[in-house]
Amino acid sequence: MSSKTQQVIVEIMASSVTRVVLSILLGFFFGGIFMVLFNENVVATYANFFSAPGDTFAAAFQTIVDGYGALLRGAIFNPGGKDVVAMFRPITETLRMSAPLIMAGLGLALGFRVGLFNIGGTGQIVMGLVASTWVSTRMELPPIIHMLVALVAAVVASALWGAIAGFLKARTGAHEVIVTIMMNYIAINFFTWMLRTDGLLHAATGGGTPKSDPPAESAMLPTIFGDLYKLHIGIFIAVFAAFAYWLLMERSAIGYRFRMVGHNANAARAAGIKVERTFIWAMAVSAAFVGLAAANQGLSEPGGITSSIHADIGFDAITVALLGGNSAKRIVAAGLLFGAFKAGSPAMQVVGVSPEILGVVQALIVLFIAAPPLIKSMLRLPESAEQKVND
Amino acid sequence: MKLEIKGITKRFGSLVANDSISLTVNAGEIVSLLGENGAGKSTLMNVLYGLYQAEAGEILIDDQPVKFKGPGDAMAAGIGMVHQHFMLIPVFTVAENVALGHEPTKFAGAMDLDKARARVREISDQFGFNVDPDALVRDLPVGVQQRVEIIKALSRNAKTLVLDEPTAVLTPQETDELMAIMRELAKSGTSIIFITHKLREVQAVADRIVVIRLGKVVGEAKPTDTASELASMMVGREVDLTVKRSKKQSGDVVLSLENISVLDDRGQLAVAGLSLEVRAGEVLAIAGVQGNGQTELAEAIVGLRKLERGSGSIKYRGLSIEGESVRGRLERFLSYVPEDRKKDGLVSEFSLEENLLLNQSFEDDRGAPFVKRGLIDSAVLKAETDKAIESFDVRTQSSKTTAGKLSGGNQQKMVLAREMTRPHEVLLVAQPTRGVDVGSIEFIHEQIMLERDEQQTAVLLISTELDEVLSLADRIAVMYRGRVVGVVSADTSRETLGKMMAGIAA
Amino acid sequence: MATEVKPGMFSSQTAKPSKKAGLVMGGFTLITLFAFGFGGNPAAVTFQLAEKGHLLSVPDFTVSSSGFSLLVGGLMGIITLIATWLTIKQKVVPLWLSLIFGLLGVTALLGWLAAGNVVPVSFILSSAVVLAVPIILGALGGVMSERVGVVNIAIEGQLLTGAFVASVVGSVTDNLWLGVLAAAIASAILSMSLASLAIKYLVDQIIIGVLINLLVIGVTNFLYSQWLANDGANVNYPGTFDILAIPVLSEIPIIGTALFANRVTVYLAFVLVPLVWYMLFRTKLGLRARAVGEHPLAADTVGINVARTRFWWVTAGGAIAGIGGAALSIGNVGAFGREMSGGLGFIALAVVILGRWQPFYVSASALLFGFAIIMRIWANQVSPGIPTDFITMVPYVVTLIAVTGFAGKVRPPAASGQPYTKG
Repeated sequence: MSSKTQQVIVEIMASSVTRVVLSILLGFFFGGIFMVLFNENVVATYANFFSAPGDTFAAAFQTIVDGYGALLRGAIFNPGGKDVVAMFRPITETLRMSAPLIMAGLGLALGFRVGLFNIGGTGQIVMGLVASTWVSTRMELPPIIHMLVALVAAVVASALWGAIAGFLKARTGAHEVIVTIMMNYIAINFFTWMLRTDGLLHAATGGGTPKSDPPAESAMLPTIFGDLYKLHIGIFIAVFAAFAYWLLMERSAIGYRFRMVGHNANAARAAGIKVERTFIWAMAVSAAFVGLAAANQGLSEPGGITSSIHADIGFDAITVALLGGNSAKRIVAAGLLFGAFKAGSPAMQVVGVSPEILGVVQALIVLFIAAPPLIKSMLRLPESAEQKVND
Repeated sequence: MKLEIKGITKRFGSLVANDSISLTVNAGEIVSLLGENGAGKSTLMNVLYGLYQAEAGEILIDDQPVKFKGPGDAMAAGIGMVHQHFMLIPVFTVAENVALGHEPTKFAGAMDLDKARARVREISDQFGFNVDPDALVRDLPVGVQQRVEIIKALSRNAKTLVLDEPTAVLTPQETDELMAIMRELAKSGTSIIFITHKLREVQAVADRIVVIRLGKVVGEAKPTDTASELASMMVGREVDLTVKRSKKQSGDVVLSLENISVLDDRGQLAVAGLSLEVRAGEVLAIAGVQGNGQTELAEAIVGLRKLERGSGSIKYRGLSIEGESVRGRLERFLSYVPEDRKKDGLVSEFSLEENLLLNQSFEDDRGAPFVKRGLIDSAVLKAETDKAIESFDVRTQSSKTTAGKLSGGNQQKMVLAREMTRPHEVLLVAQPTRGVDVGSIEFIHEQIMLERDEQQTAVLLISTELDEVLSLADRIAVMYRGRVVGVVSADTSRETLGKMMAGIAA
Repeated sequence: MATEVKPGMFSSQTAKPSKKAGLVMGGFTLITLFAFGFGGNPAAVTFQLAEKGHLLSVPDFTVSSSGFSLLVGGLMGIITLIATWLTIKQKVVPLWLSLIFGLLGVTALLGWLAAGNVVPVSFILSSAVVLAVPIILGALGGVMSERVGVVNIAIEGQLLTGAFVASVVGSVTDNLWLGVLAAAIASAILSMSLASLAIKYLVDQIIIGVLINLLVIGVTNFLYSQWLANDGANVNYPGTFDILAIPVLSEIPIIGTALFANRVTVYLAFVLVPLVWYMLFRTKLGLRARAVGEHPLAADTVGINVARTRFWWVTAGGAIAGIGGAALSIGNVGAFGREMSGGLGFIALAVVILGRWQPFYVSASALLFGFAIIMRIWANQVSPGIPTDFITMVPYVVTLIAVTGFAGKVRPPAASGQPYTKG
């Protein structure tokens, strides 16, 4: 399965800018239709549709403008903010929300290129959180060092959890999709148990809720603009991670061998590469990037951590990786886009449009990217002239 | 039944696979379709069988034009096909395979397997095939699987039978049996189209020979024409497939296999207590029918397959290399051209540059310094690739072209370029010319001889093509069921070799 | 791209006897014997075999928890020995033996958790069946799809679609039958999109499955918060089917309630499992379907339309999975809840593999998961000695062990996951 998956992913990655832009526009378009169909104000006009269809269209148009307008205000710039700081807050929120998506997206994209459909992002984040939270709440270290130790702990824990999945695949041939899904559930339950249990991660004053102590001040990721914005250095780490990804995958011999295994494991084996070991390492490296996202989440929440802190980043990262393809730059861009979705959600809620619609838009965008024929048949783009020759 | 193909043209993109081909087959006639790899034989037959739709031309049966939308139509019209790669479902029984697509049923869509079994027995008895309808196909030997394919076609009342390279997987004895079956069928009125590139078989069985080249019919020939006449017709120029070679003294033993046994994927013994020695500056050919353990032997030498515990050892200059990894062997002495280049020898999605790097991406390799401080040196890589393309005559737009876009011959030359330019003392080449055009075959043969003569390489050639073996080898080891039947000199007669390939020691 | 097929290439993938089966079983046996048995709680466990007021009354069965574990552990030990012997003899451990072993393991866990308590056996069995039905039907859909060579990761999305549509249509029309029908149709349509993208447009089956799941989760979440949550009384209040108890039979001790006092959705599953088995292994349609899944090119050369066969089997499988979704909402809970399939589709995916693509084995494996789920719910009430988080983990850990060890290298349909194009 995976070698085919790999090939397709490569094709997806090769998709042109036009198609990406079209996919995004189509995603918003169909999302808008959904938004309209189930909006109370629009639904109210259905009864009079035949007598006054104009009302319906007006209400529909208004809903879309309200909804996506709120998204822009919540994610980019809010002209109605009470001061300049508030006006620019949305874009800083987008950057803040994007950071973990970029980190985890890079990790999953790396796995994809080795032919590993790692959908265990959630479990890997959770295990990273267990480690970083332990360091940040249970250890005392000088500032910066504390943060670095917590960061490394998250990366190592995530990488180990990922490596287990790689090991199971390599040794038993079990498909990584099932293995990583099961490991997600195991990790989440383990995490909840840790958060619930006194003496482990449970907060001293937590009472019955599964929650951790706030992380030590010294372990927190420092904010960039002091107290003005919540934005912290996570976004810099994400950009640095993107550079590391590029260097590893496009320039290094290790990345070259990763790609070789992804394309053709048989040829890699005949070329003297230990394919099974490569699977394990690739899963570990893939999960290490995901571990950065864990640290980003765990070390930026001043109030302490609950079990929902992973925020489904593991799943969102799949869409980031597929949209971003094999280019580090595009992964950053995809992370920014979906980060904006997260940042803009509350503002949409305020105008009465459920921000859950963004989940639909997100899935649609990636669906259009992953299924080029879909977009082609929809827009009647010319078929590519390439055909297979076989004799 | 009289079958006529008129002016069939089939294109794939810009490539014209069949260019206005015409062909007539009368009832009870065996017509041989002769052409080299890629000439368009299989394409034509797939058009005839409804698998491909032709752009132009028509098919007539008993002077009535017919249109085949799919294999179902072709079968209904009385055309049966035995494909080169058998179209049998390994986990089904013979009866299920034969019945598939026209299943006898009882009530409520339930299969009537008894009826299906009876049909298999009926045909099997009629021609003396001796096939058990309840055997699982995957448990049957290749020769019997082929008979199942023939039963499949006959059970659908095929009047014209197309056999696509049917002898590729058979021993000489099985080939003889197949020819007898073909004559028997022809006598009972079945027409046969026999596709092959093996001249001797054509001469033995065909009533008429139609030669095609580059998608066009270039003429008809008689079975009485000489092999070299047929060959030059097939290739379009004088072909001299004999390789120029000098007598020379071979050197020390470089690689020795001592009593090794290897299991195949099924856990069956594929190589059973085999011993061989290869010397520097000689070509030792391993001949034999496909599937007699050659693949497993090659994989064992490379280290892709473990030796059976307790069996002997593989030695390089007298020292066992069993503990050595694939990478270790490749780096120390071995170059390996696998039999299936697309699967094992290349990464189709990689550029030629990346393919040159394939087994040289470790920094401590002995070869060119492609990798420095963990990063790939793209300038060195490009220079070396260009050099390889130049000296091995790889026809490509640039070194950035992906390997998958190249023709089979050029892909193979690229693999050879990589393996021959790496430092090595042993060259293991398996099926170096399979699916390769004649021009490339000549080039590849020359290169192998250069290895022997100028590099003093110990060459181990695995080939199922007897012609190739005879023209390249200094010594020939014939493999049968995992064992070496005998090692003989290169001037041994075809007849003797044929017997050895069937397991009869010389 | 047509796969190149060589004679004998498939035989290499036949189920190899897994050497691990004995080891894994041995491990579980030791846990049962030592953790639950020797180190267990000697307090009494009462197994309530018959429900009160039933025709036949069977006395409760009371036993010491640790003693019971030793007994069950002993039986598990015997099976372990048989399995080990079989693997030494190079034979495959039959699946039914593994399933019995699993059942014993679950029973032992039950006896251990319930030390000092009463175990309502009949209730647990029947709840396990009810909880297993969505998994069974989802997995049955998966079997139908994988048997023709299309990997179906979208079972989760199919279940969720079925659950949602059944609830909404059931509420709006006030007719639960229409709800089931609509669930089947909606999920079938969803599967058609999976099928056509995978078959006609050759989009990678795994990717498309994952994306369909994300899409369905997105859409149902949106509709739930935008629509169902605001207008729940009208569009998300379908209630459930009535329980149909078959007279006399339903009062058989232990299994009566589980088998003969159920909602229609459960009975549907009881009918569909053998039906699908019959279709697959006894009819000509089934033979063709399996041929397409094993070797599509071979099927094509005998005139079978590969694309059409795949399309309709995937679609029909989707309809069945949709009914599974209906079993979740109007067959059990009585309303649609946000992401209410909660990973059952992924469990179904694993169950397809555990059950080796055979409807009956698949159902039996699904039943084990039903047990695990009810055990978690029930264990929360009896507050056992270990955190419930770990009991929640049990099914996932077992799946992991099963797909990596227990099952050994099983052979999926040879062409599973591979798109088919001519030429």
